[in-house]
Amino acid sequence: MHQLKNICKLVLLLGITSTSAQAQSSKIIKWPELESLLNNKSDTTYVINFWATWCKPCIKELPYFDKLAETFTGKKIKVVLVSLDFKRQYETGLKPFLVKNNVVSDVLLIDEPDYNTWIDKIDKSWSGAIPATLILNNSTGVRKFYEQEFTLEEINNTVKPLLP
Amino acid sequence: MKLFTKKIIAGCSALALTLTVMSFTPSGTGYQVGDTIKDFSLKNIDGKNVSLTGLKNNKGAIVIFTCNHCPFSVAYEDRIIALHNKYQSMGFPVIAINPNDAAKAPDDSYPKMKERAKQKNFTFPYLHDATQETAKAFGAARTPHVFLLTREGDTYKVVYIGAIDNNTDEPEAATQKYVETAIAEVLDGKPVTTNFTKAIGCTIKWKM
Repeated sequence: MHQLKNICKLVLLLGITSTSAQAQSSKIIKWPELESLLNNKSDTTYVINFWATWCKPCIKELPYFDKLAETFTGKKIKVVLVSLDFKRQYETGLKPFLVKNNVVSDVLLIDEPDYNTWIDKIDKSWSGAIPATLILNNSTGVRKFYEQEFTLEEINNTVKPLLP
Repeated sequence: MKLFTKKIIAGCSALALTLTVMSFTPSGTGYQVGDTIKDFSLKNIDGKNVSLTGLKNNKGAIVIFTCNHCPFSVAYEDRIIALHNKYQSMGFPVIAINPNDAAKAPDDSYPKMKERAKQKNFTFPYLHDATQETAKAFGAARTPHVFLLTREGDTYKVVYIGAIDNNTDEPEAATQKYVETAIAEVLDGKPVTTNFTKAIGCTIKWKM
């Protein structure tokens, strides 16, 4: 069991790493993949934003998140946009949206419709409303969750002190 | 190799399933399961106010914070209608409440609410929480957000808070119908087993 768990983590981490090598990529994932991202042991600070193409406040703040890597050039920071669009909207809704808006961050559409099984694992305080954001660095022990919408200034000021 | 990959995927899926443990976390402010409700009086789409004390011959109510603009609310519209049709006669009518600030979500204005109710033939109250006081009192955070209430005399208590079921996009794929199960348990005189769930939804558009 333990061995299998490790193999799973490795398989999934490899998947995520290979994804991040490209400028922008999107794919459909299941929970274990998101879980291994949450459990990653790297010294990178992950800014994980939960959003959807139909969510107005999400769309408004998305460019601010997409600029973070550039704003903090030289820092180990990675933005992952976790889309809550429905799986059937991946090709027709999400992908065209990413192209049209020149999104550079990696996008993971999480295909886990039984939300109640995993919302608490992102953060116990999360009601399930989006937008929501998790800032995570397992090497420094940073784990902050925000169920709110950010302005450009707010997200920059929030991220800055959390970077090592 | 292919077989090995398949086995790994199957193994990982099984592991994921094992790791999936439901947890109970009442969060935020507002009503919790077991709390008594302070009555509200909100304007319905017909211009008349609706309050809990005004309900007759009921055993409780299915209060649902929902709206016009949110795709997750829209996805549940037909299920909300079905809930009312099924449970009103059993003493649990639906009371839908739209708490959104129309300045932020123009589709949720009172005239638009009337329009949508007409289009979809809502037979339940669809109330306009213009001051957002009711949504705040309940601790509603997203749309749709259900609060199942039971009645004892003139007192209403919360017995379930959460989602309607566990699949927003594909109703037929839902394996847990939380509200229906909760009502069945209440009608059987049993405590509600799953009395709190979470779901992805749209934030309530609060006034500044």
